[in-house]
Amino acid sequence: MRNFLLPRLVQAVLVAVVVGALCFVLMRVLPGDAAMRIAAGRYGPDARIAEAAEKVRLELGLDRPMAAQFLEWLGDLLRLDLGHSLVTGSPVVHELQVQLGASVWLAASALALSVLIGPVVGVFAGLKPGSAIDRLGLAGAVIFRAIPPFVLGLVLMLIFSKQLGWLPPAGFGSPREILLPALTLALGLAAMSSRITRNSVAAVVKAPYFAFARYKGLQESVVVRRHGLRNAAIPIVSYIGLQAVYLVEGVVVVESLFAYPGIGHALVHAVVERDIPMVQGTALVMGLMFVVIAAIVDLLTHWLDPRVRRTA
Amino acid sequence: MFGAGILSLVGGFAIIGPALIPADPAAQDFSASLAPIGGDFLLGADHYGRSLLARLAHGARLSFGLAFLTMLAAAVPGVLFGLAAAWKGGWTERFLELTATIVLALPGLMLVLLLLAFAPGNYGPLFLGMSLTLWVEFYRVTKATTKTVLAQPHIEAARMLGFGSRYILVNLVLPVIAPMIGTLSAFAMATAIIAVSTLSAISVGLQPPTPELGSMIVELLPYYAEAPVHVLLPAALIFLLVLGLQSLAQGDHR
Repeated sequence: MRNFLLPRLVQAVLVAVVVGALCFVLMRVLPGDAAMRIAAGRYGPDARIAEAAEKVRLELGLDRPMAAQFLEWLGDLLRLDLGHSLVTGSPVVHELQVQLGASVWLAASALALSVLIGPVVGVFAGLKPGSAIDRLGLAGAVIFRAIPPFVLGLVLMLIFSKQLGWLPPAGFGSPREILLPALTLALGLAAMSSRITRNSVAAVVKAPYFAFARYKGLQESVVVRRHGLRNAAIPIVSYIGLQAVYLVEGVVVVESLFAYPGIGHALVHAVVERDIPMVQGTALVMGLMFVVIAAIVDLLTHWLDPRVRRTA
Repeated sequence: MFGAGILSLVGGFAIIGPALIPADPAAQDFSASLAPIGGDFLLGADHYGRSLLARLAHGARLSFGLAFLTMLAAAVPGVLFGLAAAWKGGWTERFLELTATIVLALPGLMLVLLLLAFAPGNYGPLFLGMSLTLWVEFYRVTKATTKTVLAQPHIEAARMLGFGSRYILVNLVLPVIAPMIGTLSAFAMATAIIAVSTLSAISVGLQPPTPELGSMIVELLPYYAEAPVHVLLPAALIFLLVLGLQSLAQGDHR
């Protein structure tokens, strides 16, 4: 357990430090006086802004040396004190709570859909390499991998909302609205996982233990289920770990495209509006989401493959 | 072959196209707004009456050029650092390894977005962010392969015969890692093309009026009902660019 949870913990701390450091620098290189900007964000621009800015400077210690300020900035970050949005003025944590829920739903549905599509196609292709299903799967994987997620999303939107009128093109609330963005992500994920599954299943089918299970008279379905799938699943699950990157990046893109009110959408908005506390908060949460997905995948591999447990 | 074929077609369009097509990609002509394909404008015109052919050629050149520069800026330091880490080991390797881990802690697009927060819509942070994330891949592959090569007996023999480190790296190590670097380069360019168009499409990358393929799609989207093919043209071009690069990379592999 310690062998893989510790690196993930280190990774989580690194995420916080990288995001924090970049946002700290950002806060200070943006044109204008940081204290003045915070004062304007808090009290609104008025005649006594200079006095207010002076108070803010003393209060937040903006007149102290950079290193001390940076350590304090990191300290706040690690205590999850993310400050207030410069645009809306409300605490960043509040906004994040709402958006995180929406994003987690989207990511989870995308992952679930992709598991329904990719590995299923892959298993059928892998059981009969060279068959029509195998070739079709290959063509599909090549095409869906070469289409950027936002183009795929637009094409799906045009087909299912504009032409067929089945699904709403944007919005949030019901499962109908989550379906298109989730499908966009799922197809991209499935393109990759179907090929990994196919290769892994094809390798298992060729393995001696698989042939032996057949020779001893087990039914084909039992052979595939008990000897095929679990062995084939190991590389697939570890590959889903690599896809965590695709998923987190995809969430940013797809949310912006479908106007889905999640963390990714908020991050892009915060970047455009240069709302640094929000940039920091959203980037931090997305980065940690990435770490959590990777950690879950580690756990799954651990459970699927007893050999990992023995060496650990 | 397939990849090389597509790539030379689309690449040719991107490199030579802007020089051959006399139309200015920014020249507006409102009387020709959304002109159909095949008329005065070979591939039609967008909602401002700008020639789509010229915009596509300039957009392809921008995507291709930026992707190529990004790939170079990622590959050169990546390979050099990888060689250095494998050759020197010790503190050099530990330091580079730490740097790579820090970069990989965040998904690449997040790092690019964070850098873009410094100056949204500029080339600088976009280019820097992409090369900063992509060099790690080159570094890791170079380091791992070079290490196995350096452990082989013929390298030891060359060392004992008194050949210098430069000779060994250039003549004995580089030929082994070169095909892998080629594959990685094609993948890196594909990734960069997707990233540039995606970021522009979600309006944090390059801003219109720059003829950028991703922002062209989004700009033309409201006119989909009148001119569906106009919207799909830049999308098809991105698809072909990425497909060509990816097939080229896989072709090398097999």
